Amino acid sequence: MDKVIEIKNLCFSYPDGHQGLKKVNLVVNPCESVAVIGPNGAGKSTLLLHLNGIFRGNSIVKICGLAVEEKNLKEIRKKVGLVFQDPEDQLFSLNVFDDVAFGPINMGYSEPEVRQRVAQALEWMGMGGYEQRSPHHLSVGEKKRIAIATVLSLGPEVLVIDEPTSNLDPRSKWSLIELLKQLPMTKVIATHDLELVKALCGRIVVMDEGKIVADSNTEDILDDIILLKAHGLAH
Amino acid sequence: MKHSFIDEYSGLDSFIHRLDPRTKLIASFAFIVAVVLTPASNWRVFAFYFCIIVTLLIFSKLPPLYVLKRSLVIFPFVLLVAIFIPFFKDGEVAGSYNIWLWQVSVTYSGLFILANVVVKAWLCILALILLSSTTRLDDLLKSLKQLGVPQVMILILSFMYRYIFVLVDEVMRMQQARDSRNFGGRRLHQLKTIGNMVGTLFIRSYERGERIYAAMLARGFDGQVRTLHKLSFKQADAYFGAVFCLMLIFPCVIWW
Repeated sequence: MDKVIEIKNLCFSYPDGHQGLKKVNLVVNPCESVAVIGPNGAGKSTLLLHLNGIFRGNSIVKICGLAVEEKNLKEIRKKVGLVFQDPEDQLFSLNVFDDVAFGPINMGYSEPEVRQRVAQALEWMGMGGYEQRSPHHLSVGEKKRIAIATVLSLGPEVLVIDEPTSNLDPRSKWSLIELLKQLPMTKVIATHDLELVKALCGRIVVMDEGKIVADSNTEDILDDIILLKAHGLAH
Repeated sequence: MKHSFIDEYSGLDSFIHRLDPRTKLIASFAFIVAVVLTPASNWRVFAFYFCIIVTLLIFSKLPPLYVLKRSLVIFPFVLLVAIFIPFFKDGEVAGSYNIWLWQVSVTYSGLFILANVVVKAWLCILALILLSSTTRLDDLLKSLKQLGVPQVMILILSFMYRYIFVLVDEVMRMQQARDSRNFGGRRLHQLKTIGNMVGTLFIRSYERGERIYAAMLARGFDGQVRTLHKLSFKQADAYFGAVFCLMLIFPCVIWW
């Protein structure tokens, strides 16, 4: 099992006919940190939603060798932890514990294991002791971390995060980056925060208008000012 | 933005806070049934029940002013329903007035019933305030579930409580955005703007619902809601339940 994510010729159209993705090809290897960057509306979020089968396009997406199909969904959702952009959407329970435990309970783990996983996930995000707090009383930075903890509790092989640093002040942003750095699993991060990319990712995929327009290591892409300008990532 | 929550004081600590939510739920329900079933003429029983609820409120360490303010909420509803009773009830006339063409008269027995309705409603709302302010809402919902309330109802209540403030925030932001662009003009135009806001809010909520569902799917949701049960009856619950029931029955036995 050498490829964590393998996407061949993925196309996707929204119900209103707008074509979100056009022939996307992407391979991600184990323990890579890949940044997906691009201007607003480039299809980054749409691509991420394909990685655990929320959207299913007309072509083959494989996660750890498993095709994204109905029968594999449960297994795939265990392997791919998807964190949404707005933590208000991710945190729907009345307290933090229930939210972080939601995934493991759905996966059918026993009660002691669920508790252990929740404790571990909160520990990883530096949020131990927040179990009984209500999500609507937390700050945006805390919400973001809890949102990431809700998928870490599943023990995913791939962590897929949409805009982890949007709406964060610099201090919360950098502490979040430090926390993410320590996590050993493969990461796919959609963002347009180039500081985050530089600090965290070894490889960049540039998307624009539903297509992948560049795919290379971080230094090469960040040095290519012409490319960044052409796709609205620098001015 | 800051909002008040119905379980604002549920973080306090008292023996009432520590009781199992199910005990509190059943006790509140029993109290309400007892209050409603007590005949209107039995004033001593109402006074006794009032003493019980006040004692419990003192034990619970809730700020008295907060409880009083909260309990006033019930009056508009009660008055709306019951205000006409004194005018329609037959009996000894307490006063009669001429209003334009009509002659209206108020009867003693009607006033008596009105007072009784108000007292009963007030006692009930005090019991509910005690329940909802000493119990975290998620515990309350859990206990409702264990007492057999359908899962769908529990889910609706829990999502409502989770997202109502997100929604209120959204409305407030929209209003601010509207006001800062100098909302004014003719009345018809204002109505149109408000209509648009309601529409936008509906679409946004709908889309948020879709995103929340996607977030649930992403963590393995398959239509089944599973939770860890951790509520447990303690000895204190048994004692409280027994004493409370005796207190409810006691006045009926001696004053009926």
